Amino acid sequence: MENIVIIGNGISGITLACHIRKKSNSKITIISSEAEFFFSRTALMYVFMGHMKFEHTQPYENDFWKKNNINLISASVEHVNTKEKSLILNDDSVINYDKLVIATGSKSNKFNWPGQDLKGVTGLYSKQDLETLEAFAPTCKRAVIVGGGLIGIELAEMLRSRNIQVTFLVREMSFWDGVLPSGESQMINRHISEHHIDLRLNTNLTEILSDENGNARAVVTDKNETIECQIVGVTAGVSPNIDFLKTSGIELGRGVKVNRFLETNSKDIYAIGDCAEQHEGIGLRRPIEAVWYTGRMMGEALAQTLTGNPTQYNPGHWFNSAKFLDIEYQTYGWVWAQKKEYEEQFYWEHSSGKKAIRISFHKETRVFLGINTFGIRMRHEFFDTVLTKNKSVDYVIHHLAEANFDPELFTSHKKEIQEQFVKQFIGVKIM
Amino acid sequence: MSNSTQNLSIASHQNNELTTFQKLGLAIGFTGLFILTLAFFNVNFPNTTMWLSISITSILVGIVIYARASYLSRPEGISNNGIYHKSLTNKGVIAWIIGIILTLFYIVLYWFPKYLGLGENGNPNSGIVGFFDPFSLALNGKIASQWFVYGTLYTIAILGFGYKFILKYRHNKYQLVRTISVMFFQLGFAFLMPEILSKLNPELPYFAKDIKNMWPLNYYFFEDWHLTNMLQGGNLGLFMLVFGIAMIFIISPILTYFYGKRWYCSWVCGCGGLAETAGDSFRHLSNSTQKVWKLERWLIHSVLVFSFVMTIAVIFTFLSNNPEMSFITRNQFIYGIAAFLIVFTGTLFLFKRNDLDTDAKFTMLTLVAIIIISILINLFSGNQNILFVDSNTLRKSYGFAIGAMFSGVIGVGFYPLLGNRVWCRFGCPMAAILGLQQRLFSRFRITTNGGQCISCGNCTTHCEMGIDVRSYAQKGENIVRSSCVGCGICAAVCPRGVLKLENGAEEGRINTNEILLGNDVNLMDLLKNKN
Repeated sequence: MENIVIIGNGISGITLACHIRKKSNSKITIISSEAEFFFSRTALMYVFMGHMKFEHTQPYENDFWKKNNINLISASVEHVNTKEKSLILNDDSVINYDKLVIATGSKSNKFNWPGQDLKGVTGLYSKQDLETLEAFAPTCKRAVIVGGGLIGIELAEMLRSRNIQVTFLVREMSFWDGVLPSGESQMINRHISEHHIDLRLNTNLTEILSDENGNARAVVTDKNETIECQIVGVTAGVSPNIDFLKTSGIELGRGVKVNRFLETNSKDIYAIGDCAEQHEGIGLRRPIEAVWYTGRMMGEALAQTLTGNPTQYNPGHWFNSAKFLDIEYQTYGWVWAQKKEYEEQFYWEHSSGKKAIRISFHKETRVFLGINTFGIRMRHEFFDTVLTKNKSVDYVIHHLAEANFDPELFTSHKKEIQEQFVKQFIGVKIM
Repeated sequence: MSNSTQNLSIASHQNNELTTFQKLGLAIGFTGLFILTLAFFNVNFPNTTMWLSISITSILVGIVIYARASYLSRPEGISNNGIYHKSLTNKGVIAWIIGIILTLFYIVLYWFPKYLGLGENGNPNSGIVGFFDPFSLALNGKIASQWFVYGTLYTIAILGFGYKFILKYRHNKYQLVRTISVMFFQLGFAFLMPEILSKLNPELPYFAKDIKNMWPLNYYFFEDWHLTNMLQGGNLGLFMLVFGIAMIFIISPILTYFYGKRWYCSWVCGCGGLAETAGDSFRHLSNSTQKVWKLERWLIHSVLVFSFVMTIAVIFTFLSNNPEMSFITRNQFIYGIAAFLIVFTGTLFLFKRNDLDTDAKFTMLTLVAIIIISILINLFSGNQNILFVDSNTLRKSYGFAIGAMFSGVIGVGFYPLLGNRVWCRFGCPMAAILGLQQRLFSRFRITTNGGQCISCGNCTTHCEMGIDVRSYAQKGENIVRSSCVGCGICAAVCPRGVLKLENGAEEGRINTNEILLGNDVNLMDLLKNKN
């Protein structure tokens, strides 16, 4: 019986384990130092905000693992011995494997800021981060969040839910403008302010100051301003959590280097999820994709390989989603913040300033390339088909009702969008 | 002052502090409630009409002010902050106090109405029932009963908390329309119309407490007194009889086919109406473990068997006693029912056996049990006893078990402890029948939006029926569950726009959408085939 060991019980490792179990009786062991049972880290914010209890973030009941004969070990891995095919754990015990899968996820980026290791400085990634926040929130009057991305805005929402004042330092000129084009980005800027979050654009952190007990007491910005605070949220992106592999001989870049079969250079060792780095990005994707969905997809693909059906990681059309405070965001295909030279973009924003869509299409062929949608839900299946079949932007505009995934009875903005599109890209001619 | 809780249990939070207007709302609302309490303790008010009006108005105004202060101060969106940090909504002291008071109220209401002041043996009303006399006289021309008091308070609760619910979900038009619908049906069909009808037809016997209720929720529909009253109730009575039967056999199946059981359970029904409005603050307390799902299947199907058998027995007795009033004999009736159910079950098995999950298998067993018991009834029953038990006793114990204990005491009394749909989930025979249809003959489903689920669990946590919505959504599967009442809250709280309540073609309704989890098509084919 093959002995498969998975390091990490996040979405990648767990998806892998569940899919292997469906197909084979291999011995499966999952090692994690973060939590006893798999939980959805995307839901940590809801625990802090009191929408759920921690147990609600666990998609499987606690007896699921025993029932499915999946062995869970609470420990961290100190060293991987590729020659002897063994792992050394933090309690010095040794575990052997036939196949090893590294699914250790990410850790929060810190850019060597003075004071970055003070108490009260935390990212928002792990269960331990949530515990830190819980410990510091009761005495916190103001928090400073550094880094304007998806996690930063979630952390801001969390802290605001407990009436903590939040100052949000964003390096860019506008929120997440490396990914969001200007219209959407400014819409989110406005929404952030509406939630009484003190948004400081184009502002960097230079130093975190300590009090006499080693707690963060204030931050200093590159505008030379000192902001008193008791929590510093560090949300300037994440990077692969692979320090324990440095001496293992496994090829590392920023992450664990893998080929399309998710194999590392070391035989019988694989890497999936946030910590895996493709030699070359697939399509327009980045070599490291720290996204829930891609982690899950890699788990599904590798499960095939490990059960005797070698399968490449071959993600379909790009999609993603997020929620910025009250505004939901979905994207299908590619819409670039800075238009590529072949790209044309159509942008519509509702008068409320809380709904918008941007459709990207090819300048000459009018082939649909992607959509950003805010405050309007869209159907994944529809856009997946459109992208596969290379349908035109005109087709999409014409079939907006079919694409819509809003709850029943919601006001449709189809007409308004179609009219604006006709005005901009077709002229007075009827579609 | 604290911003947090150390241990995620009940603790005070800075954001729990009340605004001036919230305090004002509480003060006015509880003043109104206090007046009712005084009446309960038999304080004699000089001008009952005025004080009752003041009391009811204050309660409603208080709720309105409190709700506006709570929800309009923040941008539109999901407002569940802190529900697991507060005593009231996290089974803390306040929740227990309210649960106990509600339960005691129901016990007194059902079994000891004289403590509410109901005048028995010709004595005049006193206490809170007496307090409602003028209002009752104005509406239906009779002095109040404990049920009139209860109906009034029930309606006030649905209207007041309905308003609160609308503000909470004001960004969501589905919730808005649905809530206006339950408020409308409660006020019009369950409260005003029956009272006014009874005032306009004082000479006719009383035949419907709530005219939108249908069998088997209205379990007395086929009872002797009710049938007789309808048959002797003139045009109105006959209309109620024909309409009632049409509801059961024609209108309800058609609506359920097109829209799922939500058309009734979360748009019309009074029990559902109270659960969705006053009970909204407790929806996350519904248990969603597999163990409780098992319990649910046993309970709801037992109730279904019981209510069918009960009704068959009741009609059986009626036919035995009144052969002159009916056009079929009791033999024809029993074997007719048995034949119908055998054909029905057989067809079901023939055409749907590939769709049958555990839920549906339970349903099949239920039907078979009903057939067997019906035939036994005919073989072993006399005129006044059903399977050797006196039919009166049987009927009374059914009314007690289902009508009072389940729907009232556990159903509402335990809102703050077990969630707001305990009755609908474990005890309502109506929900069981509609659920059967919804699972097997309906266009309704909750569609999962491809691979967008992040397994966060908001949907499962806030499902009042305790459905583990996430377990389907994270696999890209649609949700087709008999218990789903279609409240739409899972879709509302989903942060990624993954869920949508839809009516569509039956084909492919239950199938997974796994092909769209995000991987390339070939791999997804593989994953699908091996399952």
